[in-house]
Amino acid sequence: MSDYLLRRLLYAFPILLGVNIITFFLFFVVNSPDDMARVHLGNKYVTTDAIEKWKGDRGYDRPLFYNSEKHGRDKLLDTIFYAKTVKLFVFDFGQSDSGRDIGYDISQRMWPSLMITLPILILGLFLTISLALAVAFFRATYLDTFAVIMCVCMMSISGLFYIIGGQYLFSKLLKIVPISGFDDGFLAIKFLILPIVVGVVGGLGNGTRWYRTIFLEEVNQDYVRTARSKGLSEKVVFYGHVLRNGMIPILTGVVALLPSLFLGSLITEAFFGIPGLGSYTIEAIQSQDFSIVRAMVFLGSALYILGLVLTDISYTFVDPRISLR
Amino acid sequence: MSFVFLTTDVLLFLLIAILLVYGIYALRHEHFFRPWKQVVSKPFSMCAVVVLSFYFLIAILDSVHFHPTIESSSGEDIQHSTRITSVLDLVLGSIIAGTEKTYSAPFSIYAFTKETLVDEDGNMVREYPRLKHAGSHLREPASRLDDILNRSVVGIGKGLTGWIFFCAIIIFMMSRIQKLAIRGIVKKIIRGQSSLSWRTFFLSFGIICVLVGIGLQLCPHYHVLGTDQVGNDILYQALKSARTGLIIGTLTTLVMLPFAIIFGVSAGYFGGWVDDSIQYIYTTLSSIPSVLLIAASALMLDVYLANNSEMFVSVTARADLRLLCLCLILGVTTWTGLCRYLRAETLKLRESAYIDASRAFGAVPWTTIWKHVVPNVMHIVTISIVLDFSGLVLAEAALSYLNIGVDPSMESWGNMINGARLELAREPVVWWSLFAAFIFMFILVLAANIFADAVRDAFDPRLRELN
Repeated sequence: MSDYLLRRLLYAFPILLGVNIITFFLFFVVNSPDDMARVHLGNKYVTTDAIEKWKGDRGYDRPLFYNSEKHGRDKLLDTIFYAKTVKLFVFDFGQSDSGRDIGYDISQRMWPSLMITLPILILGLFLTISLALAVAFFRATYLDTFAVIMCVCMMSISGLFYIIGGQYLFSKLLKIVPISGFDDGFLAIKFLILPIVVGVVGGLGNGTRWYRTIFLEEVNQDYVRTARSKGLSEKVVFYGHVLRNGMIPILTGVVALLPSLFLGSLITEAFFGIPGLGSYTIEAIQSQDFSIVRAMVFLGSALYILGLVLTDISYTFVDPRISLR
Repeated sequence: MSFVFLTTDVLLFLLIAILLVYGIYALRHEHFFRPWKQVVSKPFSMCAVVVLSFYFLIAILDSVHFHPTIESSSGEDIQHSTRITSVLDLVLGSIIAGTEKTYSAPFSIYAFTKETLVDEDGNMVREYPRLKHAGSHLREPASRLDDILNRSVVGIGKGLTGWIFFCAIIIFMMSRIQKLAIRGIVKKIIRGQSSLSWRTFFLSFGIICVLVGIGLQLCPHYHVLGTDQVGNDILYQALKSARTGLIIGTLTTLVMLPFAIIFGVSAGYFGGWVDDSIQYIYTTLSSIPSVLLIAASALMLDVYLANNSEMFVSVTARADLRLLCLCLILGVTTWTGLCRYLRAETLKLRESAYIDASRAFGAVPWTTIWKHVVPNVMHIVTISIVLDFSGLVLAEAALSYLNIGVDPSMESWGNMINGARLELAREPVVWWSLFAAFIFMFILVLAANIFADAVRDAFDPRLRELN
């Protein structure tokens, strides 16, 4: 197991390097730092001095890969590639283009994101599994057909409309919760309820339909027939056998998502004004802060790879036939 | 008129050409034809096909662009405007009531905000002014409801007439092709006994005909879905947005398809270092959360466009390039999934006897791949094209809301929602812009979802994972 983990971590390295090369290419080769400076400083009538100063302040005035003016290892180290990209590997995100410490900002802003995504995941999982199990119980009846039609309809509504509708109904008409905002500690709850409800409802259609097919596949397995022929009641068959076996693909699928929960959701946080990592990314996009976007891309893929490793490990827990070597 | 071919137009027509060739090929080959027949034999998916075709018709009309001719007084030399319009603009321009000053509610003949007017006695009063175009034919404002009802009834009548006319042609052609009596065919269709779900086809087609008929009667005299902040008709915008949505949904798959097929199949077929490197590429790409990759690329695209603004002759051309780039970016983030499935399927196929036979006959690898592997993975490609479609249409709206989607000057449902984000906070509420975007998107995505399900069931019911 530990061998396996070590190997997976070593595999992660070339992938993260690839991610960095992609972002490096996107941010420094497609557009030169001069282009970025020009856009930042207002496109027309920019003096060369202003561009040089902007680049100097942010450390973009070095060569891309190879610095021939320096000596020794500085030839490679005093370059944009090393300073802006390789340092990400030790999670040294450096400073944003507006001069703030990105690492500190991220460590501060991931908690509000988590306060929304984690409840959405847990509540959503509970609700969708219960619904899917109920629908699978009434399979091949009108109730089943109706539920599937409802699911497809709910899937076809853009997530934006769930948020807009939720804000309009609960905040504007009924005035139960504030439209957007955030507060410290327990006071934050009144701001969190609506995004969580909207997030759960928005994912209901897709999740229920997906889990329903998983449960239906289990219902048709031989062991279910055996359980029934032993004389077990339908209730025991569903809770004891179908649910437990159906949970294997569901849980392992969820584990892959766990690390990414820190990243939050761009749309939800933008609508509700939650100061999480999602809105951090949006602010960076809108103010064209390239350092933050680069850091977020790296963080996102690192968390994704972590999720893959966790998925593999979780398989060994839920399915004893699998062992990692 | 001088025609203009924007890049996305060309690609869309290329796509249609490919579909036509595929259709003709499928008609001659039973094993290609049968799954499609199964798709349109179910009422739900037949209805979805009719709806999707209607959207596509709008998009195609909106993809024929040209510079309109300017009427010159000399009458000799023909001059072209620099503005680019489409056939849809031309059609809708003659139907839909003109631009107003500002917001107006659906079917309203008054503006949404009060203005200072001078009444008959010469006094200044604050009142809601009459709209410039909508309802201008009405002498008495009170007769508005009667007028709307009258026009709707006439519209329904016209729509039904057109519908009966089309039905008659189709049924006549069917009787000629199948060599059956017309009465027999009509009976079969009404009882729902025909092999394809023709009854649903005629019903859903009839509903569209009636809606179009009502629209033709009402649109010249009312703003059926109201107007936006600068007085543009919402229905017009919503119809124009169909092209953006469909382009994103289809061209994204079209541009990524060659890569996904070539990489996926060769990774599975050759194995070894080819497999390793291709797997490395797609793992790396798929490890970046797609929205972040899109955000980063869109940001860089913005910088590029800002620094190279002299490259573009018109705003339309720039918006078009941006749309194409968005398709490319979305394509990069979506091809990895298809690539993985193609690789897995090819790994399975490689062991089969007919591949061995082809090798034993001395065929070079690419001949084997082209003749034997690719045709046998095409069902996965078909399924993933239609499955991706609805997600891409929804993604466009979300990305445009975050300002990393299509160009702000381009009509799209995302831009409509983005523009309307503060309208619900107004008093009284301006809901029609959001409502229009919601309805048009919902119908398209719902039809696409139903169609995708039917296609998946017809081609490979076991392939649930692709979802």
